[in-house]
Amino acid sequence: MKVPEKSVRDTTFEELAMPLFDQLYNFARWLTQDTAEAEDLTQETYAKALRGFSSFQMGTNFRAWMYRILRNTFLTSRTGLKNTVAIDEDTDEALLPVENTTPESSLIQQASREMVQQALTDLPVHFREILLLCEVEEMSYQEIAETLGIPMGTVMSRLYRARKALRDLLRKKNEGVRHGV
Amino acid sequence: MACEQWREQLDRYVDGELDPAQASALSAHLRGCADCAADALERVQLKRSVQMAGKRYTASTELRNRIAKTIAAKPRHGVGWYWKILTLPAFALLMLAVAVNLYVGHEDARRQRVYSELADLHVAALAGSTPVDVVSTDRHTVKPWFQGKIPFTFNLPELQGSEFTLLGGRVTYLAQTPGAQLIYHVRKHEISVFIFQDRGEGAGLPEGLEHPQSFNVQTWTQNGLRYFVVGDVGAEDIRALSKLLRGAG
Ligand SMILES: [Zn+2]
Repeated sequence: MKVPEKSVRDTTFEELAMPLFDQLYNFARWLTQDTAEAEDLTQETYAKALRGFSSFQMGTNFRAWMYRILRNTFLTSRTGLKNTVAIDEDTDEALLPVENTTPESSLIQQASREMVQQALTDLPVHFREILLLCEVEEMSYQEIAETLGIPMGTVMSRLYRARKALRDLLRKKNEGVRHGV
Repeated sequence: MACEQWREQLDRYVDGELDPAQASALSAHLRGCADCAADALERVQLKRSVQMAGKRYTASTELRNRIAKTIAAKPRHGVGWYWKILTLPAFALLMLAVAVNLYVGHEDARRQRVYSELADLHVAALAGSTPVDVVSTDRHTVKPWFQGKIPFTFNLPELQGSEFTLLGGRVTYLAQTPGAQLIYHVRKHEISVFIFQDRGEGAGLPEGLEHPQSFNVQTWTQNGLRYFVVGDVGAEDIRALSKLLRGAG
């Protein structure tokens, strides 16, 4: 499984890009919420990346580069444009008001996988994508900043808001279940 | 520092974005502050549940083949840089795991959660500035240290004649259940042994050896206790240490 260390001369686009295929598709499917669109988006991402590969700066983050292409392609697609609302609320200075909430460990433990999936689906796309990049792709803040083209401070404040929004949704769903709605 | 200020760092802490000094200061606070520890735990759980839920969709083989065909053996990058492909193998492995895990049911999900939590605890202990709270190679020092700190006792094996060395131990938590974490050393590698009461999150898991992420994990129950042996060493080492522990337990 280990890819031997090679000189870049020997590194093909295929070798770098194909291992990312499954995760890129998963991300595309989450963004588009549609199988056919996700397939088109993934394919277009690979086509664009292949064309742009000669301009890719070796030594910089290839994964972030691929995700950035995918995401920008999505944002300029029809579905993407529909989904994009102005995200002006998260500038860095408005950082992290700490709320006095009691931890909701039991709430999260009780939330089923389906419930969390539904909540993720219901989130605005800019919250959904940052949560996926952070938790599923396990990207560092730096990588997320590169992928989304936003400053680190914004990564932190947006993540904070995304998590809060997710908790709120889960709480609502949980109450809904308890009251048999 | 007030709890409020610690909590401002919690997201960065659970995301692994604090520098080691900050992280270990915060760890120290968490050991003494139940409220902040509960808050941290909740954040970790939220991360985990998003991680589980987010690994959802699998592409068709047809799409993979189509894309692979269009990009096959295309340009080689012609710049004279040497570049380590650092993240790719790990991610290829991860995605393999994802593909396998996509259809797993609730039990598997729990098992994955337990294993990834244990893997995190193992890594966190080794990455921290103080991997163990009781530093001793003597099991007769380490064992009594846990008295009054965890709600059970356990026995540790004699290591003479084996390749293993005991480095020490610490109190740890798996989904709020306190337990013992012992760290052993074998040929430049560390292995964590976790012991909990066999209830809650870790209870009832099938016994045996597994290979989640890049770790080997062996688990079993004995006298009402649940053991996990976790390390990035080969299966033989994990089995050998497990056998010693079973013999002592
Ligand atoms: Zn505190």
